[in-house]
Amino acid sequence: MAISKRKKAQYRRIAVYVLSVIALLVMVLVVDWGRLQNAMFQWDIVVEQFPDILTGAAKNTIIFTILGFAGGLSFGLLFALMRLSTVRPYRWFAATYIEIFRGIPLLVTLLILGFGIPIATGWRWPNPYLQGAVPLALVASAYMAETIRAGIEAVPKGQMEAARSLGMSYSRAMITIIIPQALRIIVPPLTNEFVLLIKDTSLISVLGVTAGTRDLARFGRDGVNSTANATPLIVAGLVYLAMTVPLTQLVAWMERREKAVSR
Amino acid sequence: MNADIVVNITNLNKSFGDNHVLRGIDLQVQRGEVVCIIGPSGSGKSTLLRCVNMLEMPTAGTVVVLGRELTDIDCDLDETRAHIGMVFQQFNLFPHMTALENVCVAQRKVLKRSAGEAATIAHDLLARVGLVEKDNAYPAQLSGGQQQRVAIARALAMNPDVMLFDEATSALDPELIGEVLQVMQSLAQEGMTMLVVTHEMGFAKGVADRVVFMDGGVIVEQGPPSQVISAPVEERTRAFLSSVLNH
Repeated sequence: MAISKRKKAQYRRIAVYVLSVIALLVMVLVVDWGRLQNAMFQWDIVVEQFPDILTGAAKNTIIFTILGFAGGLSFGLLFALMRLSTVRPYRWFAATYIEIFRGIPLLVTLLILGFGIPIATGWRWPNPYLQGAVPLALVASAYMAETIRAGIEAVPKGQMEAARSLGMSYSRAMITIIIPQALRIIVPPLTNEFVLLIKDTSLISVLGVTAGTRDLARFGRDGVNSTANATPLIVAGLVYLAMTVPLTQLVAWMERREKAVSR
Repeated sequence: MNADIVVNITNLNKSFGDNHVLRGIDLQVQRGEVVCIIGPSGSGKSTLLRCVNMLEMPTAGTVVVLGRELTDIDCDLDETRAHIGMVFQQFNLFPHMTALENVCVAQRKVLKRSAGEAATIAHDLLARVGLVEKDNAYPAQLSGGQQQRVAIARALAMNPDVMLFDEATSALDPELIGEVLQVMQSLAQEGMTMLVVTHEMGFAKGVADRVVFMDGGVIVEQGPPSQVISAPVEERTRAFLSSVLNH
């Protein structure tokens, strides 16, 4: 006797629910919650993290992110325009730059620029914030260049033609007509880029920054060392979430609104 | 050099790769003349128009507009383009600006007019194309016909010596075509020099001083509409006209 397709789908859905509940029950029963809380979430250690985790570590994470984003956006725009240029060497240079910095892991770039260059040349980073933020910005600019280029290319060709037919120069048309429209298109992906940067700043801690410039991840690790407990890392993770979740929700809202407008 | 010749095209050739779109076009347009270019799609009429303000770079030949040779490498294209108005099939209004800002932006950035002066001129021009109280509307809030009239006002704001219309009514719903043609007709009556690529035979017949029929990248036949449209000599012209007029 054959079961109908819809009946089958219904059974399958019920089976998934039942299995999920069983899995949840097994987890609750098997895990030693007391031990877990002892190792990862001791309330007195949580309280100890404040306010330094906000006034010091989170502040530094935000400084690194904003420096990295501002630098990445400026150079990203420059490389995007070079990629779209009619001058071939510009295109080659930008394409090579983008390939290199997207192809090397940020961790390696950080080590090369943060340690390698000073050792090789004797030159010293004038500021510990720059030591972390400059490599971050260079890598971010490679990713943002591609995002911005896609945004500019998404503006219909007729816009540039209309602007040029009115006597505007190429750069005038870019600044007044094309880039404002491209920016509207790329605000959601650029916000995503910002979220990625917040998380990527955690890698800067490998540069052995001073207590005054340590970021959230480093603060959490140092906390683990001093308390012999993982709680500080959990708190750091929660502070990251407090920064990233509102932004990803903002992106989701912008994308929903964009969909509603274009319908 | 005759000062009354606004557009002077000599032996114009244009290829896209292997596709030889324009094959030696010679065309002159006198000041105040309305020239309609007709022909089947793919005949090169839009490309010809786009070569007049160098949106397409000719492969060979010369284009002289207002005494400036645009095909000369030393020619300042931006300066000359400011004197050549263009209206596009897809309107190409700037969607992030209101109707008034669309008409103001090039006045401000290219002609360096003051904000107040540009706004006054823009407001008057919008009224002239029949758009009152639409100054603050964004293009998305306007109908196709209204958008195209804003586009005409935007081009007129530069005080052009010649206007190019590239199938200005082809993207419009049938009931909106009339309002745009009416604006174009009144422009023609005011003595504007116009080069019009169109499928509107009625407009060509009623408004054009001269009709140019193109096919296969060459000018097949040209003359007053009474001749080219009503009594064509060439077989290709007749075939095209009967296919256009019989439906």
